[in-house]
Amino acid sequence: MTTYILSLVFAVIWVAVTGSATLHNLIFGFALSTLSLWIVREQMSARGYWQRMGRFLSLLALFFKELALSAWKVAVLVMNPRMELKPGIFAYPLTVDRDFEITLLANLITLTPGTLSVDVSQDRRTLFVHAIDCSDAEAVKRDIATGFERKIMEAFR
Amino acid sequence: MIEVLIALLTALLILVGAGFALVAAVGLTRLPDVYTRMHAASKAGTVGSGLMLLAVALHAGDLSTLARALAGFFFFVLTAPISAHLLAMAAHKMGYPLHEKSVRDELNDYRN
Repeated sequence: MTTYILSLVFAVIWVAVTGSATLHNLIFGFALSTLSLWIVREQMSARGYWQRMGRFLSLLALFFKELALSAWKVAVLVMNPRMELKPGIFAYPLTVDRDFEITLLANLITLTPGTLSVDVSQDRRTLFVHAIDCSDAEAVKRDIATGFERKIMEAFR
Repeated sequence: MIEVLIALLTALLILVGAGFALVAAVGLTRLPDVYTRMHAASKAGTVGSGLMLLAVALHAGDLSTLARALAGFFFFVLTAPISAHLLAMAAHKMGYPLHEKSVRDELNDYRN
């Protein structure tokens, strides 16, 4: 995690130093700082960075796929003359426990097909999710656990 | 040749984006309660505005516009779920009922 932040900070410094605040310069700066950090990886003991970077990108790809699918599903549902709804709120037991992981998971859940996070319990162990089709809550829970939650754990731990 | 392709792609992105924005608006009026309406607003709305921002970036064809359009899309993805989530949470806290077809409400069970 600190390596991501370091890379980003270095990239911003790179943009400031070169004086050209364009996107490709930022990306170039990010690539450059990642390369520099890779060179000193032994000293920084962050060898897992490359694997985690790949997993982070795979999380991003999954997210865009799910977002497109979810917008399409909403479109089909809304345009259907006879709307068949079985909405409901189910409790999802959280495995991730850090604040930013819960936030990320809640956001991803909201942007994926048929689910919307409503609230998190006081002890931060349960997420309450509203589903537009709640007839099989167990299947939805399984999808979240094996999809986003696992990928978040892979990318940030 | 490439100009025609870019113009076609831009037009397609705008049309599809506007279509999703329309679907979001129709969903807001057709869906029965605030929770299901948030589904339409957060998903179809985000994708609709995202596609149109992408069309702007493609049409302008320079990098600073692309950067700003991508930043706009990024912030949209960041903020739309949060506002949907806050509205749904506030509605539930105020005791706004789920639609009568709803099959379960475990948040209600948890609170009581």
